Amino acid sequence: MAELPPHMRPDRSFQGLILALQRYWADYGCVILQPYDMEVGAGTFHPATTLRALGPHAWNAAYVQPSRRPKDGRYGENPNRLQHYYQFQVILKPSPPELQDLYLNSLAAIGIDKAFHDLRFVEDDWESPTLGAWGLGWECWCDGMEVSQFTYFQQVAGFECAPVSGELTYGLERLACYLQGVDSIMDLNFNGRAGNQKVMYRDVFLQAEQEYSRHNFEFADTDMLFEQFRMAEAACRKYLDAGWDTEHAHHLMALPAYDQCIKASHIFNLLDARGVISVTERQSYILRVRDLARACGEAWLKTAGGGTH
Amino acid sequence: MPDLLLELFSEEIPARMQARAAEDLRKMVTDRLVDAGLVYEGATAFATPRRLALAVQGIPARQPDLKEEKKGPRVGAPEAAVQGFLKSAGLASIAEATIQRDPKKGEFYVALVEKPGRPAIDVLAEILPVVIRTFPWPKSMRWGERSSRSGALAWVRPLHSILATFGPETETPDIVPFAVDGIAAGNATRGHRFLAPRVIHASHFADYAAKLERAKVVLDPARRREIILTDAKHLAFAQGFELVEDPALLEEVAGLVEWPVVLMGTFDHDFLRLPPEVIRTTIRVNQKCFVVRAQPAPEGTQGSPVSSLSPQGGEEKSGPRGGEGRPALANKFILVANTEAADGGAAIVAGNERVIRARLADAKFFYETDLRHWRDVPLDMRLMKFKDIVFHEKLGTQWERIERIERLAAELAPLLGADAEKARRAARLAKADLLTGMVGEFPELQGLMGKYYARATGEDESVAVACEEHYKPVGPGDRVPGNPVSVAVALADKFDTLVGFWAIDERPTGSKDPYALRRAALGIVRLVLSNEIRLRLKQVVDLAYREIDRHIVGPGEVLSVDDTREDLVGFFADRLVVLLKEQGARHDLVNAALHVGARFIAEGEPIYEQDDLLLIVRRVEALGKFLDTEDGKNLLAGYKRATNIIRIEERRDKTEYTGEPSAELYRQAEEWELARAIDTAAAEASAAVAREDFAAAMSAMAKLRPHVDAFFDKVTVNVDDPPVRANRLKLLNRIRAATGTVADFSRIAG
Repeated sequence: MAELPPHMRPDRSFQGLILALQRYWADYGCVILQPYDMEVGAGTFHPATTLRALGPHAWNAAYVQPSRRPKDGRYGENPNRLQHYYQFQVILKPSPPELQDLYLNSLAAIGIDKAFHDLRFVEDDWESPTLGAWGLGWECWCDGMEVSQFTYFQQVAGFECAPVSGELTYGLERLACYLQGVDSIMDLNFNGRAGNQKVMYRDVFLQAEQEYSRHNFEFADTDMLFEQFRMAEAACRKYLDAGWDTEHAHHLMALPAYDQCIKASHIFNLLDARGVISVTERQSYILRVRDLARACGEAWLKTAGGGTH
Repeated sequence: MPDLLLELFSEEIPARMQARAAEDLRKMVTDRLVDAGLVYEGATAFATPRRLALAVQGIPARQPDLKEEKKGPRVGAPEAAVQGFLKSAGLASIAEATIQRDPKKGEFYVALVEKPGRPAIDVLAEILPVVIRTFPWPKSMRWGERSSRSGALAWVRPLHSILATFGPETETPDIVPFAVDGIAAGNATRGHRFLAPRVIHASHFADYAAKLERAKVVLDPARRREIILTDAKHLAFAQGFELVEDPALLEEVAGLVEWPVVLMGTFDHDFLRLPPEVIRTTIRVNQKCFVVRAQPAPEGTQGSPVSSLSPQGGEEKSGPRGGEGRPALANKFILVANTEAADGGAAIVAGNERVIRARLADAKFFYETDLRHWRDVPLDMRLMKFKDIVFHEKLGTQWERIERIERLAAELAPLLGADAEKARRAARLAKADLLTGMVGEFPELQGLMGKYYARATGEDESVAVACEEHYKPVGPGDRVPGNPVSVAVALADKFDTLVGFWAIDERPTGSKDPYALRRAALGIVRLVLSNEIRLRLKQVVDLAYREIDRHIVGPGEVLSVDDTREDLVGFFADRLVVLLKEQGARHDLVNAALHVGARFIAEGEPIYEQDDLLLIVRRVEALGKFLDTEDGKNLLAGYKRATNIIRIEERRDKTEYTGEPSAELYRQAEEWELARAIDTAAAEASAAVAREDFAAAMSAMAKLRPHVDAFFDKVTVNVDDPPVRANRLKLLNRIRAATGTVADFSRIAG
């Protein structure tokens, strides 16, 4: 870190943090991907994680994923909560034996010195009901703050992971607040510059937080969203049906079908944020998305990427 | 004698699983040692976040030799049987077996099997892999390259190394030779992840524990707890505070550290305006830190806390919640780090302070926004949101549910001595905090926030308290509210839930009870009994059904009001039986009281007549006392004798001796007297039951006893004169009918 120019240092620059993580994991041998071009609630939804976690092939990848959590919007007024934020996602398959050390070294690479900080692995069993996925692992704490999630995937889309992948998810804004020593995400220095060259997180995202919070909580057209949910669900089924070959041995459209599953999931999140889905209905929507995810996983396993030739 | 040292070194084991895992390890290994004939002297197990360790002292170096006579087939048995015997006994030919005689079996083969004891270390090498492979983690996982193979090892988190040594104290021990899924046992482990990560070689337990201690690992969880508690208390005290103790948190925190370092942090004084429960929940749940309060004032100067409501209701005084009557929380917290930082912990404290500040700022934001919202927006406007929230797809919206609860609470109120308007208001308000930001963030604060917000907006105190208490009792150990307004809303809420899910046929089955209906029913039973409420369950069910009927939407089965009522009363009866049994009541007496007047439909399903829980309990009590008396015991014996005779005769004659006995057929004075006594007793008992005086009803029954005894003494039932015999059986049957107003004696044991 010492050789970096000041504006690239993770403790001064939000983008510097991202670049440092990319560099660290690129050095390890990961494919550095770009974000998936769809609205997702977490980096896990990226097909590079969800689908690649299934099947026998080795796969090491890292990428930033913008994540949308419509319910978490606070009109840009809450120092720690946004409806749109970034996750840095690493998936290593099979999980290497020294994964914890790799992770801790990545923290060192962004300037968290273990001689001064209290780093902890606190139980956090991960489950994504919508993806039919679960794994065991931890929240990783730095001085009482959760800075990452660390999961050994056991099942995805209802299928056993063989082999198991290790997944690391860094909450970038929170980590950056810690590194830069600021209390509000909006106060983050985005580009690491000073004076009139400095661009803050607020300059980039405050307006978006305000507008999207308004949209997510007050104006998102619920009739349209209910309709879109049904359409995405139907499209997913349609592409899945169309993708099977005659023997049901190969699938030719797992990825486009999975896009529709992602779409349905995001629409559900929007409806949820609008407060028009009750606790009990919630469950049934989650199950509907999970059914799609399961069917997509099944299809993926019958593609070359999923190990079928 | 040699000792065993075993350590299973892994990635971080969840804190909540460690104690149980240590105990499981001890038990699994020592049980198998004993099974293998290796009786040990002592065993202790330990757990830290990264290791399970077991020390077993005094294991014999060898198993005892075993000599065993193995019985085989009879002489001349088929060849296959003989061959099987040779194989199982390890003999080369049948000539090696001896022949014994037995009067029953004749001549048969016997093999003398001598099993020399094996070295204990070899036995351990077999036992330990099995223990590891079959270890009962609540949840275990696969990892790494091997995870795709079948039979891959599953452990709570990736297992990295196994240390297993065996040998006498005075010598360098041997390594127990085994491997599990590619991990070979050795004598190496590691110290603290950051403070002493290098490999350590250990021989015996004492050496191991000492080396770990030097490597910044406190192996014994009890010692870690003690260190944390002592240091936390001292640290708090030194600064003029008192630690708010929290044993569950202490246990958890001790499972998160190998080398506890206790530090204190500060948060802004301004946050103390938040309710103490909110501060504590925020700091405890999210940060696993302790809170502290001002040191209590010296003895005698502290005002005693006064509860504002009835003795059962109102504020809990107990618990370290910093509630009324206790010194307020201080703006400090205590954290437990797992490392000795180079700067003495300054950065760690600063980091934790930052997180806690953010968390409390969140909570404060919620609290203030919620309060502003409650003050600015009228309740009915706020509740509008419930119109969009479906409670259950077949049971309408939350709004509709609240309206139902409101009406039901108002109807129940007079029965409970509650003000109907207050009950109505409380019911309307009770769920309002579900729409608040604070409860959205901390669901465990539901109800409590309602209370605070209601108070802050000037609601009547009993209404505010009901917002919190209407959820109670939550579990079997939870406090039962006594504030009549709370009770009214609590009952209405639970009845609405039960009747609703019953009506749409979502009854609990087996272990499946997703809507916690058993808990709701048990809650009602406890509310009714603890407050001594007279309530006809059937009437309340009918009321609730009438309310919910108009909100039920199809499709699907809907149970009629009659089916709902009868089935639900049966469900309550089951809960009552379980509850009274737990409280030490006799199961059979509860059933005897419960079944008074019950009718039966197909497959022995009772339709209960008794639906007043309090009366049932009083009846059980009276019955218990009665059966403790000589009269009671004898009457029961007479009853049993009468019913036995009737049952036998009815079965033989394939008829029922039910109708009224005829006076003209009485031949003996005892018959007349018994008939008269039954009439008197039945009339007296009915009258007593009608005025709910069960003791008097029992006394009336007791008067029957000499007449029943005399009848059996002097009168023969099975005489040759068929009309007289039938008449006597009918008379006996009248005993059954007469006692039935008091209890169903057929259900009483003995």
